[in-house]
Amino acid sequence: MRLMVNGDWIQSRAETVSALLEELGVNAPAVAVEVNLAIVKKKDFGTFALKEEDRVEIVNFVGGG
Amino acid sequence: MGKDGLDDKLVIKGIEFGSRLWVGTGKYRSNEEMAMALEASGADVVTVSVRRVDLKRTAESLLSYIDFKKMKVLPNTAGCYTVEDALRYARLGREAGLSDMVKLEVIGDDKTLFPDVIGLLEATEILAKEGFIVFPYTNDDPIMAKRLINAGASCVMPLGAPIGSGLGIRNPYNLKIILETVNVPVVVDAGVGTASDATLAMELGCDAVLINTGIAGAADAVAMAAAMKHAVIAGRLSYRAGRIPKKLYAAASSPLEGMLL
Repeated sequence: MRLMVNGDWIQSRAETVSALLEELGVNAPAVAVEVNLAIVKKKDFGTFALKEEDRVEIVNFVGGG
Repeated sequence: MGKDGLDDKLVIKGIEFGSRLWVGTGKYRSNEEMAMALEASGADVVTVSVRRVDLKRTAESLLSYIDFKKMKVLPNTAGCYTVEDALRYARLGREAGLSDMVKLEVIGDDKTLFPDVIGLLEATEILAKEGFIVFPYTNDDPIMAKRLINAGASCVMPLGAPIGSGLGIRNPYNLKIILETVNVPVVVDAGVGTASDATLAMELGCDAVLINTGIAGAADAVAMAAAMKHAVIAGRLSYRAGRIPKKLYAAASSPLEGMLL
């Protein structure tokens, strides 16, 4: 299905947030995920179902002051 | 005072801080340099920013260079110009991290990076109600400091000078008034350019100092990190020791008694 991930449209076979993270090779320990502006809790990554045209943001920590 | 004078630990909302120097993790020339500077600083708090994961893997993750067993991670909301954005980044930071602490920034404009205190106050109130431990980056205004605390802030982080400016403590008198006005810790955030700036902030009675550019931008960041560590300790000890009053004229240190006539 078509998903917008971090601002770019991608084609994905992932049905859940966990699957998407795996597909994208994101295994950072400290990530947060938003789907259509709502935060998905870490414990729900495995069950949260993605659907066509969802807008997903995957964030982590970078250097800052 | 204990033997080394460092027995007065800073505690905010039950969280004990092992150092009164807090350091940022931005602008280092390399992750290796940052890791060495963090080590040299002796700090146990680092600030970080929340940004999109680099899906193309062009840069190594910052996180592998930070020892989470030793460090408390304080996510900031840098780059947020509206209350909505600040709330969004704070919530994402809490979800990504391990604590409820947030260094809350609502920026007013990109030239000064001064805080938009009206937005800051609103965001502080909302996040405090959501259980966040809010450390707001504010200006050096004692009245605003009071308002932020009434809104639920757990400490206040007044600027010494604009972020990254290195101008030092531009208004020590206001900081002094803030210290007398509020009953929460005061952490000077922004403007510290060199060791004496950090010492001055601590001598005034501030509880801690947060430094990023002052260390990361120095020609030798690791050496400056060590300098800041000592500067903060010296300033704290000096504050606790109680300085002598300033006088216009001399007062001899050596006795006059026993001098040859």
